Amino acid sequence: MTFFIVSIIKAAVVAFVLLTALAYLQWLERKVLAHIQLRVGPRRVGPHGLLQPLADVIKLITKEDMMPSHVNKVFWFLAPFIAVLFALIPIAVIPFGTELKLPAINLGPVHIPAITTAMQLTDLNIGVLFILGISGLGVYGVALAGWSSNNKYSLLGGLRSSAQMISYELPMALAIAAPLLVLNTLSFRGIVDGQAGFFFGFLPKWTIFQAFPFNIISFILFIIAAFAETNRVPFDLPEAENELVAGFHTEYGSMKFAAFFMAEYCNMVTVSCVATLLFLGGWHPPFPAAYGSSFLPSLVMAGAGVLCFLHAASPARPFDRITLPVVGVAFFALAGIFLIPAVALPLMPIIWFSAKALVILFVYIWVRGTLPRFRYDQLMRFAWTFMFPVAVANLFLTGLVVALA
Amino acid sequence: MIFAAIAVVCGINLVVQTHPISSALSLVGVMGALAALYLLLGGEFIAAAQLVVYAGAIMVLFVFVIMLLNAGTEHKGHRTWAKYAGVPMLLVFLGIVASLIANRLPASGNVVFGEFTKGSPLVFGRALFTTYLLPFEVTSVLILIAILGAIVLARKEID
Repeated sequence: MTFFIVSIIKAAVVAFVLLTALAYLQWLERKVLAHIQLRVGPRRVGPHGLLQPLADVIKLITKEDMMPSHVNKVFWFLAPFIAVLFALIPIAVIPFGTELKLPAINLGPVHIPAITTAMQLTDLNIGVLFILGISGLGVYGVALAGWSSNNKYSLLGGLRSSAQMISYELPMALAIAAPLLVLNTLSFRGIVDGQAGFFFGFLPKWTIFQAFPFNIISFILFIIAAFAETNRVPFDLPEAENELVAGFHTEYGSMKFAAFFMAEYCNMVTVSCVATLLFLGGWHPPFPAAYGSSFLPSLVMAGAGVLCFLHAASPARPFDRITLPVVGVAFFALAGIFLIPAVALPLMPIIWFSAKALVILFVYIWVRGTLPRFRYDQLMRFAWTFMFPVAVANLFLTGLVVALA
Repeated sequence: MIFAAIAVVCGINLVVQTHPISSALSLVGVMGALAALYLLLGGEFIAAAQLVVYAGAIMVLFVFVIMLLNAGTEHKGHRTWAKYAGVPMLLVFLGIVASLIANRLPASGNVVFGEFTKGSPLVFGRALFTTYLLPFEVTSVLILIAILGAIVLARKEID
């Protein structure tokens, strides 16, 4: 019974955090792209545009939601549901940290026993394979959306996008197989536990440092395949060129359109989390606690607070003279909280995990602002004549290294 | 039992639907129900492999081809006496098959979910590469022949 209630609470927390993270990922993308392009991005709705996602959500919810008359009604209606469903499910198997041990609380009539739960919704033995399978099923959402819109541009966009996604699933699976060979387990918790500890006392035992150069190649292959799986630049031809015309989400308005975008950002988050877990060591810090890695989050928060105060000296808007110091004080308070050992200990793994996943998401957005896109035939040729042989050769050589070691 | 019922319903839907895309998606539903059954019986690797390979790749290609060929709705022809003889004949056939199976296989009790623990990838991979190596290699060659055949057949069109 306790397990049931705890699971429901965990699921609710994870769902809430994920959906908020999706909205703010879009904010981050707009700001970072803007700064790369030497402009500022949204800054009117809330301080530095932080309430912009809220405004976007309100707009999308209240728009008129119509169904065109020429579409195939059942599949047109189902397609965004399928896309979002298979994008949100993989979060259930991703671990965010070690165990959370809550002490028992006894306050009069309220009696909550001591709870020890893992910071993961469920630890499947075949976690990695589960994520691969569900990502493969997500292709149906895109294909059905393109086809049911009964419109040649949508059909072509949907077919191109789904062909791209299934072509890059193969190098992605082969790139995932190389660290699995080294770590010898398919469950995510086992994978992260295999990356604990440090080489030579200071170099973290992340997978990219084990089995030396081949896992770095796997990491690069995985990142490239992940860009293609989530239809992001430089592989976003089905999304961008057809955006000039329409693309597979042409006939969708308001919340259904938002559902497709949510599915895309959720795929990005899932893939970043998987890359962090498989290659970058999950929640383990990059240098040992003996050298002070537990103080790094507090240092970063304190630095952010100092930055806020510096900006408050010459603010962009007059009332920032008041709001920025308030935000600065909030950052200092957070830094103080992270210094308390009782709070920091369970939170530290989550912070490291989030930091690494955010770095990969930042690289996603950075690449979007920097690189031009592939033409469709170049994209498919790249997958089948370059990535697939390199992934197979890499797997073979990693197998040799594992067998000889 | 629920998943078996879902599989049967999707299978019947597959045959009954007039549009090929609905049939293909019903087949995906059958694959999904089968994967859930494998999972309940303890073969977790097979369940995941079923989802990845069958429902996630093969059926996607089926759906592609149906979309590209723009297959339209089928028209039901005049069903004369066949529509009254169809379902009873099906039931008789299934009854014969079920009685044959029940007679040949040893009597077993109810299936206990969770008692089969040898479905992990380790056991699976080991069995595939030692005991069942020959069927594995032969199947690979068979798939290669099928791919070559498909390429040759498709190439004959372009002269």
